[in-house]
Amino acid sequence: MEFDVKERFVIEPKESPKLVVDKLNFYYGEKRALKDISFKIPEKKVTALIGPSGCGKTTLLRCFNRMHDLYPGNRYEGKILLDGENILEKNYDLIKLRSRIGMVFQKPTAFPMSIFDNVAYGLRLKGIKNKGELKDRVEKALKDAALWDEVKDRLKDPASGLSGGQQQRLCIARAIAVEPEVLLFDEPTSALDPISTAKIEELVVSFRDRLTIVIVTHNMQQAARVSDYTAFMYLGELIEFNKTEEMFITPKVKLTEDYITGRFG
Amino acid sequence: MDAFTKRKIVNAVVLVLSTLAALLGLVWLFWILGTLLYKGLSSLSIEAIIGPPPSPGDNTGGLRHAIVGQTLIVLFATLIGIPIGIIAGTYLSEYGKGSRIANIIRDLSDVLMSVPSIVVGTFVYAIMVKPLGHFMGIAGSVSLAIMMIPIIVRTTDDMLRMVPPELREAAYALGATKFKVIKDVVYRAAITGIMTGVILSVARIGGETAPLLFTSFNNNFFTLNMFQPIASLTVTMYDYAMSPYKYWQDLAWVAAILLTFGVLGANILGRLIAHYKFKK
Amino acid sequence: MKKDFLLDWGFGKLAFLGALLILVILLSLFVVLYKESSLAIHTFGVWKFITSKVWNPPMEKFGGAPAIFGTIVSTVISILIAVPVAIGIAIFLTEISPYPLRTPVGVAVELLAAIPSIIYGMWGLFFFAPFMRDKLQPIIHATLGKLPLIGHWFSGYTPGIGLLTASIVLSIMILPFTAAIARDSFNMVPPILKESAYALGATKWDVMKDVVIPYAKLGVIGGIILSLGRALGETMAVTFVMGNQPVIPTSLLEPATSITVTLANEFTEADTNLYLSSLFYLALILFVMSFFVIVIGKFLFLKKVER
Repeated sequence: MEFDVKERFVIEPKESPKLVVDKLNFYYGEKRALKDISFKIPEKKVTALIGPSGCGKTTLLRCFNRMHDLYPGNRYEGKILLDGENILEKNYDLIKLRSRIGMVFQKPTAFPMSIFDNVAYGLRLKGIKNKGELKDRVEKALKDAALWDEVKDRLKDPASGLSGGQQQRLCIARAIAVEPEVLLFDEPTSALDPISTAKIEELVVSFRDRLTIVIVTHNMQQAARVSDYTAFMYLGELIEFNKTEEMFITPKVKLTEDYITGRFG
Repeated sequence: MDAFTKRKIVNAVVLVLSTLAALLGLVWLFWILGTLLYKGLSSLSIEAIIGPPPSPGDNTGGLRHAIVGQTLIVLFATLIGIPIGIIAGTYLSEYGKGSRIANIIRDLSDVLMSVPSIVVGTFVYAIMVKPLGHFMGIAGSVSLAIMMIPIIVRTTDDMLRMVPPELREAAYALGATKFKVIKDVVYRAAITGIMTGVILSVARIGGETAPLLFTSFNNNFFTLNMFQPIASLTVTMYDYAMSPYKYWQDLAWVAAILLTFGVLGANILGRLIAHYKFKK
Repeated sequence: MKKDFLLDWGFGKLAFLGALLILVILLSLFVVLYKESSLAIHTFGVWKFITSKVWNPPMEKFGGAPAIFGTIVSTVISILIAVPVAIGIAIFLTEISPYPLRTPVGVAVELLAAIPSIIYGMWGLFFFAPFMRDKLQPIIHATLGKLPLIGHWFSGYTPGIGLLTASIVLSIMILPFTAAIARDSFNMVPPILKESAYALGATKWDVMKDVVIPYAKLGVIGGIILSLGRALGETMAVTFVMGNQPVIPTSLLEPATSITVTLANEFTEADTNLYLSSLFYLALILFVMSFFVIVIGKFLFLKKVER
């Protein structure tokens, strides 16, 4: 589909911003994957990133915890401010950054260890050794992830024995156990059945008031159900950023409307 | 010290240690490679390649017999190994698919691949050299062929299984017999892969010495008769390196570098073919 | 049509026979070695042959203990040296090395694995043995030789040829093979799993020890066992530098022998039936040992990885 109309609509949320993206460009080698992206992600709200595949929504998400630094040839330009601090700074402490910004991936990523150790992993990385504290915080995280009742009798069993949906909730428990300020979700339900998907969505909504959430999804209904704000991206550019209900009822940009009404994508 | 700093220090220490381990390993390996190149190239000459074997104390002579013998032994090993290896691999992939016997043979073939080469040498000595009463080149070829077969079986099996079933079905749908389907469709689709396997198996067995020590043995006289003892680069290297004569030891290094070039050349060729084939 | 049918039928049978041949070769390896060693088995028995330390061809006394001892000890030492270094190389290649270096160094390691083992042996004889005698031996005397309890394993003076020299050369020979297998196992860990550990704030080493190594454990152990099988049956890398002394040495620096070294040196010189049969007996023992090692490595560990 052609689009040469330079029409954009980006609002400024009234809540205080947790992450500020400022003229962000991102390159995979020579390929420019994100183009001049600027917007503000409000604190303690759910922000959804939507758009057709290849639009750069996952690429943008992976900028927030600098996952791209694991691979060679990747380059950032511009700024991302976390509480006013530019995290794209060259010598920024990535280990600390990633303990403040958690991530849940497309597929469940249970580590080859027991259920308990999976959830305790991030806590141990933070230096928590006290058995009692570990136990309490693992239990709390599992309860928050609505998994406690299903696993409380088999915490010592390998995590690989859980179902896909359970494993994904385990990964969420692992991510929230360290009490991150921001939690990134990269299409967390794309590998799951509808019932598991519903459970994950409930969790996302339940975290709304506690931490800032950014969720990538290709499922527009999901974005509408769980998010407060929505960013629509296309070919590496941010086309529209608005309150979710407004974007889905009265999209301001023609391209957004075409996408939401299913005319392409 | 907080947990972050501690982890970062441990991380740095381990990264340094493993880099050192890697360096240590690579230094030794490159020391060997450097020695081989230096000693081999400094003694390499036309005479060293085409001359007849030197007499004790002599400073002339070369590896002619060993080069010819090595070529013959490997050639015959390949002639024996290829058809058996390919047809056995064909059975595993096309006929025995999923059957108990095919699975057992596939596993046994893997075991055969790892049998110590000197044990294969003693086996061939017992079945060929001992009954016929003398060493012979062809016994060396049989030893090497026994080591080649499982390698070719494995690659053939893997390559044939990569041929999509739709291709076979399309040929069957035209009324072809199984033999025709395999010969005209499956083999054609997998030929590069099978070739790669064959070349890599030659690289793998070309430098083997132990199985030749008591099969093809060695021969100071020139021969093309595979039913006589025959010289090979590897056994010649072994004999010359252990000899007290400087010139013989130098020739052993020449043999070493020729052998390495041959083996690595075949190995690289096989990889290149595989690389271009599977890139597409 | 009849011809087509015959060809089809014949080719199928031929293929089956080809496959069957593998079974026949492996079976006859065992049967032939057993038959050839039966004279020695009847003369010396099993336990007595394995434990007897006397290997004296002129007296027709043959005991396998020195060779079996040398084989086991050199294999174990070479694995102890090679495995940590190989895992270091694998970690370096998968996690540390700058990206442009990974492929060339990785390919170099694989090519080194393809170099004929006799070349490692010749290098050992001409370069490493003198180095051992002049440089390493004094260091070993001054350090390991001073240890309580095991100090005498590292005592004595030798011309640089002996059990330890052979073990070190052997370890260098299996190093590229072991490193390549370890690297392949590490590379099989899904990137997303590593990413999710990094996303929690893990360091490279945290990811290695908590995710990559546990995940790749079976493959690495299987690879180590296969390396062990290689070391066990390796002939040419050790035969130059072992010394071929049919004794159980008191020090690792002293000359010794192993099954493969004995076979390589003495097989063509065996002048009596009992001598030859004893050598076949050693070959049979080596075959059985390596058979079990391979079966354990392949079927207990690597098979699970494939699934």
